Amino acid sequence: MLKNFKQSILVSLWFVFLTFPLLAVRVNTMDQVVVWRWMNMLWVAIGAFVLSYLWRYMLARQQVRKQVADEGGETRSKTQLLLEDMSFRYKAMGVILLAALVFPLVFDTYQSTIMISALIYVVLGLGLNITVGLAGLLDLGFVAFFGVGAYTYALLNHHFDLGFWITLPIGGILGCLFGVILGFPILRLRGDYLAIVTLGFGMIFKVVMENWDALSFGPSGIANIDKPSFFGMDLSLADSTIYIYYIMIAMVIFTILVTTRLRNSRIGRAWIAMREDEIACVAMGIDIARTKLSAYALGAFWAGMVGVLFASKTTFINPASFTFMESAIILSIVVLGGMGSILGVILGAFLLILLPEYMRAFSEYRMLAFGAAMVLMMIFRPQGIISNLRQTYKYKGSKEKINNG
Amino acid sequence: MAENKHKLLEVKGLTMDFGGLRAVDSVTLEVYEGDIAALIGPNGAGKTTFFNCITGIYNPSKGDILLHPKGLKTRRLNGLKPNKVTEMGLARTFQNIRLFPDMTVLENVMIGRHCRTNSGIFKAIIRSKSVRDEEQQIVESSYHLLEKVGLADFANEFSKNLPYGAQRRLEIARAMATDPFLLLLDEPAAGMNPQETSDLEQLICKISAEEQIAILLIEHDMKLVMNISDPIYVMEYGKKIAEGSPEEIKDNPKVVEAYLGEETE
Ligand SMILES: Nc1ncnc2c1ncn2[C@@H]1O[C@H](COP(=O)(O)OP(=O)(O)OP(=O)(O)O)[C@@H](O)[C@H]1O
Ligand SMILES: [Mg+2]
Repeated sequence: MLKNFKQSILVSLWFVFLTFPLLAVRVNTMDQVVVWRWMNMLWVAIGAFVLSYLWRYMLARQQVRKQVADEGGETRSKTQLLLEDMSFRYKAMGVILLAALVFPLVFDTYQSTIMISALIYVVLGLGLNITVGLAGLLDLGFVAFFGVGAYTYALLNHHFDLGFWITLPIGGILGCLFGVILGFPILRLRGDYLAIVTLGFGMIFKVVMENWDALSFGPSGIANIDKPSFFGMDLSLADSTIYIYYIMIAMVIFTILVTTRLRNSRIGRAWIAMREDEIACVAMGIDIARTKLSAYALGAFWAGMVGVLFASKTTFINPASFTFMESAIILSIVVLGGMGSILGVILGAFLLILLPEYMRAFSEYRMLAFGAAMVLMMIFRPQGIISNLRQTYKYKGSKEKINNG
Repeated sequence: MAENKHKLLEVKGLTMDFGGLRAVDSVTLEVYEGDIAALIGPNGAGKTTFFNCITGIYNPSKGDILLHPKGLKTRRLNGLKPNKVTEMGLARTFQNIRLFPDMTVLENVMIGRHCRTNSGIFKAIIRSKSVRDEEQQIVESSYHLLEKVGLADFANEFSKNLPYGAQRRLEIARAMATDPFLLLLDEPAAGMNPQETSDLEQLICKISAEEQIAILLIEHDMKLVMNISDPIYVMEYGKKIAEGSPEEIKDNPKVVEAYLGEETE
């Protein structure tokens, strides 16, 4: 500790020295005087000291944890143990659900709209979590499936006047189908190659939508898409936002339920095993091709479905909504939240979508902060916000509760 | 070798080329029901490559691999995918341990049950009674296997946190979960201390006797090999240079030369 302190003082002095000519001395050429800005030096000193101390403290803590792990000790933190406790989980879920339900009644339409987009990303994140987080297959073109869903609804609504509720499953199924279409050619690819092909797939979708005017109306997009109907009634903007909000809450719950079940099933275990070691996985009798395809298809399903909702929420879509940037954000949500952790992905989605919304004042620094956060994350918590939740099972003679990670 | 015993695995003239390198050179080998056969040889002799050919990880350049499951018709394994080979009843462990590190010990074994169970995606979502029963049955049988290899106390640990020797035993349990009738072990005692090795020796004998699983093992620990295996096959530079009982192998001049030659180098 004392060593950290000393080192941090050194760092801070060093920074003062380095920044002295820039921040402390100012020559006023008009009045021919030198202005000494000592206050600036003080801020630099304090800032550098605090940052350096924190940095060192975090590194030391990580070191200690690694040491404990090497000695086979308990490495799970109190939070992790708490999260593995089922009764705590049910209580927490109850509270959160209640808060989610009263949210649109307490806050205004603007807040609800922001929340809807965060919830859309929760579903997208949970979908990609199957492909990337559980099955370990990189997908940089995930937004294409989102686009497939959105265009499915937009086109079916435009040409055939199909409603939201009928199209919702169709969007999901088409997303699935495109997942398989992407999955087939890349079954044998790994690592960098996989990244390039999936990236290309995402790009191709956008380019096709921009240029195939006959199908997609090109860059001008499709407007006047119907909002979800509420038993045939016309809703005011505020009411329809609330309505969509509740649809979104239901969809999130549905997604959590299904992805949790999938994760804790025979298929889910196969996905995780494939992520952990593909050779061992195939040697244990698991059909890799099928497992990969199912991971792509089931990940894409959610994107397709929530794409339908996105189109009906904005009532206008064009290819500009489905850029690589979106894929990158969804991927960041999964990585930041913790690969494979459902709770982590939900937290990640809220962090990455809500923070920028509420910090509009700093929007110029958005990408900078985004990058810095990612770098720090990779250094101090490469496994994501939530990780290492164990799955325990009940077997004969054991008193342990079934616990779903 | 008694001729009335059922022949389970028959490898004829197996050859594996990596570019110009012939890692396995027309090796012929047979494993019979109840056998604990061993495959030994100096480093780089091609033993692991031989295993990889049989289990479908490599597609051999030449030769036949025939599996004769009891009561079923003979299957040629050449060109089959590894998962198909495992489904036929031939399981393996790896020389460089290949567990699923971020899964618990129990889950590692449960993966082995995958190919013997069949509930699919929709069933997993609906989670009907039959699926829950199947899940419970997977858990029970996996736990039972952990008890057998002495890892039941660690069931809910992450497998990466296990000590080395325990990881090797977990690999055996995981392979056994696929219900094999023939188990290939690649250097199961590597990195184990003498106590662990003698425990392993007992475990292998137990598996062979109680589970009616034939075993073919690669091992450098000569004491272990001589104690439990018969027949022994010896490879050097990809070729099979000897086969026979422990006594025959011990006195075989070629084998002595292969091993002593290696030591003096
Ligand atoms: N995938 C591969 N590509 C090219 N050469 C390979 C490959 N796998 C193995 N070899 C070569 O084949 C030869 C036999 O290797 P193998 O791993 O089968 O030996 P081994 O008998 O298992 O040795 P050890 O006792 O050290 O495990 C070696 O020369 C090795 O370099
Ligand atoms: Mg080897």
